[in-house]
Amino acid sequence: MVETLSPAPRYRAGEHVALFLPCYCDVLFPHVGKAMVALFERLGVPLDYPVEQTCCGQPAFNAGRWDEAGELGAHFARVFDRFDWIVVPSGSCGAMARTFYPYMDPLSPAAQTGARVYDLATFLVDVLGLTDVGARFTARVTYHDGCHGRRELHASAAAISLLQAVRDLEYVELPQIEECCGFGGTFAVKYPELSVSMGEAKAQAIAQTGAQVVASGDSSCLMHIEGLIRSSAPATSLRFLHLAEILAAD
Amino acid sequence: MRSGFDSGSVSRGFRKPAAAPVLTTTLQRSVESAHAAREQIEWEMLRSAAHDIKAYAIENLDRLLVEFETQFTARGGTVLWAPTASDGIAHLLDICRRHGATAVVKGKSMVSEELAVNEHLAAAGIDAVETDLGEYIVQLAGQRPSHIVGPALHLSRQDVGRIFAEKLGTAYTEDPEALMSEARTRLRTRYLQAQVGMTGVNFAVAETGTIAVIENEGNGGLSSSVPPVHVFLMGIEKIIPRLADLPVFLQILARSATGQKIEVYTHHFLGAEAGKTVYCIIVDANRTKLLADPKTRQSLYCIRCGACLNICPVYRRAGGFAYGGAYAGPIGAVITPRLVGLEQAGELPFVSTLCGACQDECPVKIDLPHQLVYMRHKSVEQGGTSGGIADRGIGIWARGMRDLASYRRAVVWLRRAAAVGRRIGWYPGVLGAWTKSRTLPRPPSESFKEWWERRR
Repeated sequence: MVETLSPAPRYRAGEHVALFLPCYCDVLFPHVGKAMVALFERLGVPLDYPVEQTCCGQPAFNAGRWDEAGELGAHFARVFDRFDWIVVPSGSCGAMARTFYPYMDPLSPAAQTGARVYDLATFLVDVLGLTDVGARFTARVTYHDGCHGRRELHASAAAISLLQAVRDLEYVELPQIEECCGFGGTFAVKYPELSVSMGEAKAQAIAQTGAQVVASGDSSCLMHIEGLIRSSAPATSLRFLHLAEILAAD
Repeated sequence: MRSGFDSGSVSRGFRKPAAAPVLTTTLQRSVESAHAAREQIEWEMLRSAAHDIKAYAIENLDRLLVEFETQFTARGGTVLWAPTASDGIAHLLDICRRHGATAVVKGKSMVSEELAVNEHLAAAGIDAVETDLGEYIVQLAGQRPSHIVGPALHLSRQDVGRIFAEKLGTAYTEDPEALMSEARTRLRTRYLQAQVGMTGVNFAVAETGTIAVIENEGNGGLSSSVPPVHVFLMGIEKIIPRLADLPVFLQILARSATGQKIEVYTHHFLGAEAGKTVYCIIVDANRTKLLADPKTRQSLYCIRCGACLNICPVYRRAGGFAYGGAYAGPIGAVITPRLVGLEQAGELPFVSTLCGACQDECPVKIDLPHQLVYMRHKSVEQGGTSGGIADRGIGIWARGMRDLASYRRAVVWLRRAAAVGRRIGWYPGVLGAWTKSRTLPRPPSESFKEWWERRR
């Protein structure tokens, strides 16, 4: 779909950027947050992490529980309001802030704050104007594109251009890259037969690439895909890394 | 009243092993031929135009429907309004009675499936036969269509061979030519016997009263022209403002539905010919509920091309019957809860990963993934339990996330639960559904928050 996004405002050197880290990353994948810290240090962009942040509310929003989602959105706005730049290493949580806060209530403080949220790839490429972030990573890498990053934030091209600019990295495109992996939040546990079948198709596509590493802008998709592959092949040598981890490598 | 919806098949249909990959392969081929066909035209420009025309039509439906009625009536037709599904059935039975009809031939119509027209006609002792080949097959088999465009998509030619042999008493063959010719021969006599022909409507033009019916087999033409009485059955959303708008839709509908540049037949019906009686039953049946809410209004832009079904990873695995009604796939999951009620179909919008592939395919750019999540909200608001235990758990989760202190408590609890689960090798409920076929990541001893605070 062709949609023109309004041009990103310019970032001025030295401005502070807030790290909005998905709650499940905080607990399950803290290394994604650490990679963000390392990457922004290398780029000389001051990164703050407001520790009061909890969850953006997307799980509640997707479950139809908009009252709860709205309350978490209000909390989000209180925590992040003082920042002009907010960066999140997740297309899904990024879409919650940018698209779905205004979808629920365009006049809410969350919608105002959400408009200043960028997913990692979009921030680097469209705001900072970078594709080469000075990373070096020696591996054959494929990229799984999370659906919200792809379709709500139009972040795919940015993410892939970042990977392609990494030294010693051999990028190989995932066949049927546009197809959902089947995670879908609670969908994964409510309809496990459908979710697993979709994940298996994704695992097959990954196998076709001969990649050593599966990267993604969303650790949630990776948790599902990796969980599925490890469940049947515990000794797999495949690695599953967030885009931030690859960009932070040198 | 007999309903075109079965909620039982919803609760069963999405909780079984995925359909054979042949369905995915078939649908992927449809998607690819649609994409190839799009490249011949200014696709994005046309679908934007189609979206805007539909937006105008739906915003002005009150005026355009009346304009259509005036034009259609001026050309000798009769418009019958059906606020409810039973009103639609009553009009149809009334027409059959008035014209002494004992046999009806039917061209393809999804509204007819929605209203369960065949069952109602049969109950009134009227013999109705579907003349679209796919519809004919599923009618013989005693089934419902599984796809908006390809009603018999779920059947192989061997299946069709068996159905013909069993129901028609012919010798088994799986040769498509032979099966088609058998159906054609049998249907020819039915056209001549029927007193009433019935078809759906693709587009109803307000400006001229023209009705456009698009088809590939010629059965729509025969159903409408051979019997002395012709009944059009349409939903209120089929209106387009002007005749000049029609080419936009003809170009995108054929490409999205079947990957053709244009369908084999595009019939333009303009009122009643001499010696012919023509009716148009215009059905609301809760469409005005979709119209009343700005967040669901776009669902009325749908031109029933089936593209969102073809691309949908859930439809590809669950098949059409899982959706329980006439409309399967993403569009079905959005409109069915309003057409038949959230209490019956409230689960449908939850059966989606919200991936949004449907919106990318939609030739009129309906915001399907947003409407899916909106209908979930409506389902919860109405107190529906269609969200299930996992989504009720989300309510508890959300309370744990309301501030930093409760967040920290939730994290402690989560770690303990994960440790216990690992030790005993068993996880309750939703976690069990995860671990049945997926490993669970092990939470590290230090969260990012803890690391950040320690580092400072």
